[in-house]
Amino acid sequence: MKVKEILETMDYGEAPESPQPALDWIAKHQAKFGLFINGELLKPTGRKSFESKNPASGEFLASICEAEPADIDEAVKAARRAQPGWEKIGGSARARFLYALARLVQKHSRLFSVLESLDNGKPIRESRDLDIPLVARHFYFHAGAAQLMEKEMPDECALGVAGQVIPWNFPLLMLAWKIAPALAMGNTVVIKPAEFTSLSALLFAEICIEAGLPEGVLNILTGDGGVGARIVSHPGIDKVAFTGSTEVGRKIRQATAGQGKELTLELGGKSPYLVFDDADLDSAVEGLVDAIWFNQGQVCCAGSRLFVQEGVAEIFHRKLKARMDKLRVGNPLDKSIDLGAIVDPTQFDSITRLVDEGLQEGGLAHVSPCDIPQEGCFYPPTLITEVDPACRLMQEEIFGPVLVGTTFRTPAEAVALANNTRYGLAASIWTENINLALDLAPKIVCGVAWINSTNQFDASAGFGGRRESGFGREGGWEGLRAYTRSKNQSNREIKKVNARSGKSDPEDSIIDRTPKLFIGGKQARPDSGYSYPVFSSAGKQLALVGQGNRKDVRNGVEAAISAISWGSSTAHLRAQILYYMGENLSVRTKEFADRISSMTGEDEASATREVECSIERLFTYAAWADKYDGAIHGAPIRGVALAMNEPIGAIGIVCPDEFPLLGLISSVAPALAMGNSVVVIPSEPYPLSATDLYQVIETSDLPAGVINLITARHDEVVETLSGHMNLDSIWYFGSSGHSETVERASATNLKRTWVNHGRQRDWYDLQQGEGEQFLRQATEVKNIWIPYGE
Amino acid sequence: MTATTDNRILPRNPGTELDLDWALSAQANTSAIERRCKALPGRRSIKKNHQAAWLLKAISCIDLTTLSGDDTENRVRRLCNKSRFPVRMDLLEALGLEPGFITTGAICVYHEMVPAAVKALDGTNIPVAAVSTGFPAGLSPYSLRLAEIGESVRAGAREIDIVISRRHVLTQNWQALYDEMQSFRQACGEAHVKAILATGELGTLRNVARASLICMMAGADFIKTSTGKEGVNATLPVSLTMIRQIRDYFDRTGYHVGYKPAGGISKAKDSLTYLALIKEELGNRWLQPDLFRFGASSLLGDIERQLEHFVTGHYSAAHRHALG
Repeated sequence: MKVKEILETMDYGEAPESPQPALDWIAKHQAKFGLFINGELLKPTGRKSFESKNPASGEFLASICEAEPADIDEAVKAARRAQPGWEKIGGSARARFLYALARLVQKHSRLFSVLESLDNGKPIRESRDLDIPLVARHFYFHAGAAQLMEKEMPDECALGVAGQVIPWNFPLLMLAWKIAPALAMGNTVVIKPAEFTSLSALLFAEICIEAGLPEGVLNILTGDGGVGARIVSHPGIDKVAFTGSTEVGRKIRQATAGQGKELTLELGGKSPYLVFDDADLDSAVEGLVDAIWFNQGQVCCAGSRLFVQEGVAEIFHRKLKARMDKLRVGNPLDKSIDLGAIVDPTQFDSITRLVDEGLQEGGLAHVSPCDIPQEGCFYPPTLITEVDPACRLMQEEIFGPVLVGTTFRTPAEAVALANNTRYGLAASIWTENINLALDLAPKIVCGVAWINSTNQFDASAGFGGRRESGFGREGGWEGLRAYTRSKNQSNREIKKVNARSGKSDPEDSIIDRTPKLFIGGKQARPDSGYSYPVFSSAGKQLALVGQGNRKDVRNGVEAAISAISWGSSTAHLRAQILYYMGENLSVRTKEFADRISSMTGEDEASATREVECSIERLFTYAAWADKYDGAIHGAPIRGVALAMNEPIGAIGIVCPDEFPLLGLISSVAPALAMGNSVVVIPSEPYPLSATDLYQVIETSDLPAGVINLITARHDEVVETLSGHMNLDSIWYFGSSGHSETVERASATNLKRTWVNHGRQRDWYDLQQGEGEQFLRQATEVKNIWIPYGE
Repeated sequence: MTATTDNRILPRNPGTELDLDWALSAQANTSAIERRCKALPGRRSIKKNHQAAWLLKAISCIDLTTLSGDDTENRVRRLCNKSRFPVRMDLLEALGLEPGFITTGAICVYHEMVPAAVKALDGTNIPVAAVSTGFPAGLSPYSLRLAEIGESVRAGAREIDIVISRRHVLTQNWQALYDEMQSFRQACGEAHVKAILATGELGTLRNVARASLICMMAGADFIKTSTGKEGVNATLPVSLTMIRQIRDYFDRTGYHVGYKPAGGISKAKDSLTYLALIKEELGNRWLQPDLFRFGASSLLGDIERQLEHFVTGHYSAAHRHALG
């Protein structure tokens, strides 16, 4: 085009980044890639391969090796071999390797960026300005984490070998998010990049060699979902970390149930984007460009549900449409485009199908009239308004550049709409009113909340979800915990505690006492109408206790949910109540000790010790209630990223069988202290300490429903409790071997789990029986990003 | 999408009633605005012949300016001739343009220099702009400020760059600001009026947004960032804030108001970012000198060097281009 003509049209023209260096790199490998195992790039013979294509053109880029089971064995073996040495060289030595990786990523940053955009279809602006700089930042941050590990986390050690499976939307960034914390904490890794996007991981393998990373510390296996499935269920893996769809996450939860593996999942989302009438509307419109048209909307935390306050909805939608019409879609390597290509025709089809079918249920679509390349896999930016929660488009993750929206009237309604989802990953809140913003951020169920901003990421601030968006955090101090365990963890196998048997004669007593269930602040008869006898160690019948069933579990959870406001009571109040419980328990020390003695046969001294330790534990968690502080992360913004420790919500707790009082108090008190409500299944053989506790609870000002106790046969209720979709977490300390059941059944709503895997905790031990690990399990970190500046 | 630009002469903004509900509902979130500005240069990259064309466009939008105490008639004549022939003829030829194809948008001087500029530009279409109303502080007597406008118009200035009373913004005295602006507009008569907000002295972007709206309501033809004499002059965040108000004003009234960032824009690359910002937020119609100007003195020199680089492939030097 001639200069003179351009002066008339004032078009941008093309500003293409050259693909040549990346193509040369591919050519250097004859466009054929193998596996990275034990420090070597191998090309094992006889393997199947698959093609990696450029989604912008459909052109073949390279042939990628499909790992076979033998390769996985080989990689896991290499990682296992390398792990003890990698951990033993110490944080400072590991820091040097991570630092070298950060530097090398920077040195080859343009090659990484171009390769990523070629393979994935994302705009070069994003790979160059966001993905790759964040990758380098992640390695720098975690070099620091390794450096500080021994000093700052003295009781923690590595988990062992991590098996990691990552998605195609941020290929290298997700690789960094997975391996940097794992390696920093002394773990070794077997990782599988996504089938569509393996190339940047293979280039990364080369820089690991360049950095002299010890053999076997990082192993990269390419392949399809089957390879991922085999990695996560491989017996040689100690920790599984997955980022991807909720559907696959659920399968992984089920597949790894009972295998004793630690698990973190970062899954799908349908994150709300709330615009209030006092917001800077133009900036909120621009925020949406970063929320839903970033990476073609293929972002798990994309702000994909737009809620606008009614009074400004019309003007906001008008502004938004005008902005959409200026978006540019095109060649990912063009430096003047906003959206590149959808990763693969299958994804394009999935977006198209969902939108077409969804629109039949209603909604007004506005499609950006921008030019779309004829060839390749491009989807236009789309806004669909008047979509209500009852529509599929409002509920299902589209994972494309499609925004759906409706209006709200009040802040309360905004929260209700925002939380009306199975997901809980992120949220954006736009208002100039700090009161409103800071009131709403904690109320929205999510792991990350962005005030007047969106899609802000940094290695120093944890990222992760709630509900079916998964659990675990990546980034920040909180993310490191996903790759460590306590050095003091018990390896003793748990012994099944059997109920005592005896004659069904009631023990001599003055008046019959009937221990019922305790639900919603009231003693309640079991739904079944059945009771089971509890015998003393001498074989005498001590009592008949209610035999809770699935309906009692249901009622218990209902009660716990209705008491959820416990979580927003002041920490001081919670502390006072826990102290009060301790006080009320202490006046009945002898009674409780006698009860323990009669059930377990422990002598008086040791039963008294259990009661006293229980009182102390109540005091400990009363002390913690107002001291388990959040943090302010050093994120690179003018503003703060607040890491708040929020209660999980409603937690199901299956108590240890062995210490009927101490086990219950040790597991319940931290949950209460952090603001959770609980549904508790007490010790099955020794339930009477729990039923005796009703009176202590009733006299301690604990609001109704905060604690619900259901005596029951564990075999009968554990599955129901674990599968209940209104519980947010479940803990299992029992001795009947239900860890597998709990983990498997938890997959219904992907609640968090904490199980003993058949290991015996020493409840008297201050490392195993109490402390921060309990508080961490009782809380979820929410990062609230608050940029400021006038 | 390619469309030939609409160059029709637009009706002047007649202003509106003072609408405080509207003006006071304007918000400007500084962090979000800064993020947009920071991301923009990465989103829009203009290369090769497109870049050359865009740089020529930038030249056509420059108010070539001298506002110094030591200005003389001969110095102003030199600047005016630069305005007529801003780019070396051989470069224009290489770019496929005939001589005289391009001039700067205007010449901008103090009142005393207006006659000299008018004389030097005789026979051209290049307008003379006069800074006025007690520029730069705007604190001379009100009657004198009004009279100054009239004098400049009579001397041949076709554009008047007035300064607002910053104190009206800082004390939120919007009525006073509106009245002042309206009277300035009246005093200008047929001459177009540019309202200089002196954004560096308004404290917040929210104030900038509100002052922009009030000045447009009072009939400003252009809103302009700065005198060039404040500590902070044109910035991208201030520009984004102001042009979003221009867009809002257009959406509500249908009238086009122009925009002039002034001071601190001296690099060719920056001028491209500004043009991209205007194109993105306001659209192509605003990329014409009747709706967009750069208030700049040294920008032209850098653009000339970039153009020569484009034509020859070699980096250029300042002395190879005529002094303005």
